[in-house]
Amino acid sequence: MTRDQAATLIGERFGIAQVEGDSATIVVTVPVEQWTPFALFAKDTLGCRFFNFSTAVDWKEQGLEVVVRVDNVDARFGLLMKTRLGPGVSACPSLVPVYRGANWMERECYDMFGIRFEGHPDLRRILLGDDWEGHPLLKSYAVDTPHPPYR
Amino acid sequence: MAVKIEPQIVPVWRDFKDLQEYEQLRQRRPEGDKHSALFESVTEGIHSFPGGFAVTTVADGFFNWARKSSVWPVTFGLACCAIEMMATFASRFDVERLGMVPWASPRHSDLMIVSGTVTIKMAPMLTRIYDQMPDPKWVVSMGSCANSGGPFRHGYHVVKGVDRVVPVDVYVPGCPPPPESLLNGLLLLQDQIAHFRTTGRRAEPNPKVD
Repeated sequence: MTRDQAATLIGERFGIAQVEGDSATIVVTVPVEQWTPFALFAKDTLGCRFFNFSTAVDWKEQGLEVVVRVDNVDARFGLLMKTRLGPGVSACPSLVPVYRGANWMERECYDMFGIRFEGHPDLRRILLGDDWEGHPLLKSYAVDTPHPPYR
Repeated sequence: MAVKIEPQIVPVWRDFKDLQEYEQLRQRRPEGDKHSALFESVTEGIHSFPGGFAVTTVADGFFNWARKSSVWPVTFGLACCAIEMMATFASRFDVERLGMVPWASPRHSDLMIVSGTVTIKMAPMLTRIYDQMPDPKWVVSMGSCANSGGPFRHGYHVVKGVDRVVPVDVYVPGCPPPPESLLNGLLLLQDQIAHFRTTGRRAEPNPKVD
């Protein structure tokens, strides 16, 4: 399966998804309710078996956006999946049942952005200490937040 | 006359509500962090005896010579400064000619070279290593990150200067400091140790230059 075939297939199966991107990458924005079905589709049908990374973007008033890249290493194209959670929402379906590699990535995402991945088997902090308050990559987090006794 | 030893509870930074309080106590604190209470009371006794100052001065000179001739740094690297520290320990900038043997155990070491960025997550381990070292002990803060937080000062996870966690004797500026710079810092530290008085005040740290 080539990149163009995959893009056509996404357009057929998920009509509302916008398909864009360059010759090696497909960028798709899916609604939150189709997040897990789309990941299943990407893994089984498109052959994107490698979970590359998971991160998030804080768009302030417009809410958070979860970004995941999965790769088809045989056909050499990548699929960048995005979903908008909406203003004030921090819950997102987890991809761990689909991709096992999503486990630590989603823990990091929870650590930095406070996104609660529903269905994650072990959602706790991974990089920062357990006693940390707040989620430092959010725009609302002040970097000079006092952290006694170190500041 | 039996010397009565009272258990001395040295407060640590964890017990204070903020930095100012901790700093005040650290400045008020006498020489308690460098000696055992028994040793201090014995030296005070000799020093107050008529003519005893000659004994303590000679003893000071001897102890200081012994201390500064065998400063063993604990091998403790945190970041890229550790590479320069290793270069200082290696054959080209041989610190062993100054009597410094990099030792892989904090319990046998006198000096901790904080070489690199101290994160908030790492700071408790750093204090634990410092607490494990026997008195007298010294700390050299190596590089901009350990001095003040450096380029990561405005990050969310960095301790803004290792002097907020452990008392520092010599600050070595640089990013990273070359081995010559660290060597200069270690010589400054030896100079400080040479002026250390068992019955007087602890030598002031050299001014912070960054």
